[in-house]
Amino acid sequence: MSKELIKGNYAIAQAALNAGCECYFGYPITPQTEIGEYLSLKMPESGLAYVSAESEVAAINMVLGACSTGVRAMTTSSSCAVALMQEALSYAASDELPIVLVNVMRAGPGLGSIYPAQGDYYQSVYGGGNGDYRMVVYAPSTVQECIDLTYKTFYTAHKYRTPVILLADGLLGQMMEPAEFTPYPYPKVDNSSWALDGAKNRDGRTICSYGPNEQKHIKHVVSLFDKYKLISEREVMYEEYQTEDADVLLVGFGSLARNIKAAVKVLRAKGIKAGLFRPITLFPFPDKRINELSKQCREVITVEMNMGQMYTDVRLAVNGVAKTSLLNLRPAGEWMSVEEITEAVENSREKAYAGI
Amino acid sequence: MLVFEVPKVFKKDFKYSFCKGCDHGVAIRLMAELIDELNLKENTILTTSIGCSVTMYDFLNLDCIEAPHGRAMAVATGVKRAKPSKFVITYQGDGDFASIGLAESMHASLRGECVTAICINNTTYGMTGGQLGPTTLMGQVTTTSPRGRNREYYGYPIRIAEQIALCDGTAYSARVALDTVANIKKAKAAVKKAFEVQQKGLGTGFVEILSTCPTNWNMSPKEAHERVRNEMMKVFPLGVYKDVTEE
Amino acid sequence: MAHIVIDENRCKSCYLCIEACPKGLIKKSTHVNNMGEYAVEFCDKNNECIGCAMCALRCSDLAITEVHR
Repeated sequence: MSKELIKGNYAIAQAALNAGCECYFGYPITPQTEIGEYLSLKMPESGLAYVSAESEVAAINMVLGACSTGVRAMTTSSSCAVALMQEALSYAASDELPIVLVNVMRAGPGLGSIYPAQGDYYQSVYGGGNGDYRMVVYAPSTVQECIDLTYKTFYTAHKYRTPVILLADGLLGQMMEPAEFTPYPYPKVDNSSWALDGAKNRDGRTICSYGPNEQKHIKHVVSLFDKYKLISEREVMYEEYQTEDADVLLVGFGSLARNIKAAVKVLRAKGIKAGLFRPITLFPFPDKRINELSKQCREVITVEMNMGQMYTDVRLAVNGVAKTSLLNLRPAGEWMSVEEITEAVENSREKAYAGI
Repeated sequence: MLVFEVPKVFKKDFKYSFCKGCDHGVAIRLMAELIDELNLKENTILTTSIGCSVTMYDFLNLDCIEAPHGRAMAVATGVKRAKPSKFVITYQGDGDFASIGLAESMHASLRGECVTAICINNTTYGMTGGQLGPTTLMGQVTTTSPRGRNREYYGYPIRIAEQIALCDGTAYSARVALDTVANIKKAKAAVKKAFEVQQKGLGTGFVEILSTCPTNWNMSPKEAHERVRNEMMKVFPLGVYKDVTEE
Repeated sequence: MAHIVIDENRCKSCYLCIEACPKGLIKKSTHVNNMGEYAVEFCDKNNECIGCAMCALRCSDLAITEVHR
């Protein structure tokens, strides 16, 4: 294996194939269309299912159907179209189906723009569907992570029988950088106890989202949250950079964290003890570690490309232990540059930041 | 000699939760009889929908996946593409199939997905208590068309079997009724055809079944069947609208 | 000998089978079943049943569980 120069969207598509994805259902939307284009070429020649769905609503429901048979299946989309999928994600969470959804974020609300943004934090982490459910969310920061976390997304979805989102953004989807396709590292998950394959030598199975009566339904929802608790205990992922002695902690996710890391280097050179904390799983959120780190910090600054969404979770994690603030110069478009982040942190001693 | 028995694919001690005289019970039985006769139980994956039809998985001992409202044909597409050797059926109401799910129904038929869709047309939304739906007849009073369906407010009902027949991927499309024993027998033959075109890989099999909703029509079961005959069949003529095996 | 078997506790008293029987061998019961419905009964004192199964095909609730010819 060696590194190759590859675009984020293609990396996700090939990683899905490496992960054993047998079915892809999708509908085009910028900035993730290359994923479907790539798979429309690759999948039929391997005898795998590629379907150009009539809508995102249909696409996610096709994934739901395919996943009910235990196969690895996915759809990919972007922000305003992921909004169309929320109903099925709520069903899939309740159905306990291992749906894989890749969201290459663009700007919202509404049609928004095709420029990168991080405005789908709430939509992903808190869900836009009805009822009580959570979804595991992985946020890659590099093209290499697009590959590694696509693998992880498939594995986690099947291991826990729950919908999982890979939350990339337009910058990651469109950029090229060197990355290596390591082999899919995870074991195959046995799904013989629940997958639908025709009721042969056994009674029929029903995969449905509602309990036939109130008590059973309550029990079902509680059991879902037992599972989410287990996931929270086991599956938290994050990256720390220069946090050991940091007194200004910058918290950021996704591709923006690259610029934050560069800003930390600049700030350190200027004698400011800055550190980067990058949640890789947005749910489960690394709140315990953020709380620990904030005890040594003068200030915890959430840097994100939205009007302050992860900021909610960071404030809950810090829980008053340190001062919190939000740095969000633009909710969409050009990433905050290293200089902008550096300057804003330097000025933080004198003035508070804009934002909620 | 035993000439009729409860199909074996029914769950032991099942009991329909449908209202008195509802044709859902007959439609499900016809499908169950064919699953027995064609020995399909161990290969079938059933997609249920939202509405009274969703309860089907309570009665049949089959592998079932519940689709969100209107999405049965998309879910069935996913199942079939994932497992092409499985026998995939959807069971939907007219609201599910032809209103909220029309895009999924039409496009699955245009793609020629090798699945069988059975749609119950009772001209109303039954489970929610009898509102105007896509097949509500002109003049019909429902709880949301209290003065009757008219063109100005509501537009026209959809003729589903004809529309699905227009899709090039459709292998079989027919409309049947359950108002008489003779028509029940014809309905079973049509459902069988819709099963067979899937088995032969010819495309989408579709049957629209004119059915009763005595509760929401405020009619006795007998009066409801008379309405099917005297009113519904005039707008929704029975017949085979497409059959590629006959072409 | 042709006859039918009725599971009266499945019967919801729609009475469509009464009309379906060409020999008029099904009638309304005088007692209620466990759903509180006056179910139907098979009355064939003169062995007129021909086992045509019209009643069973008509029944919406599979309350006629067997037909013998």
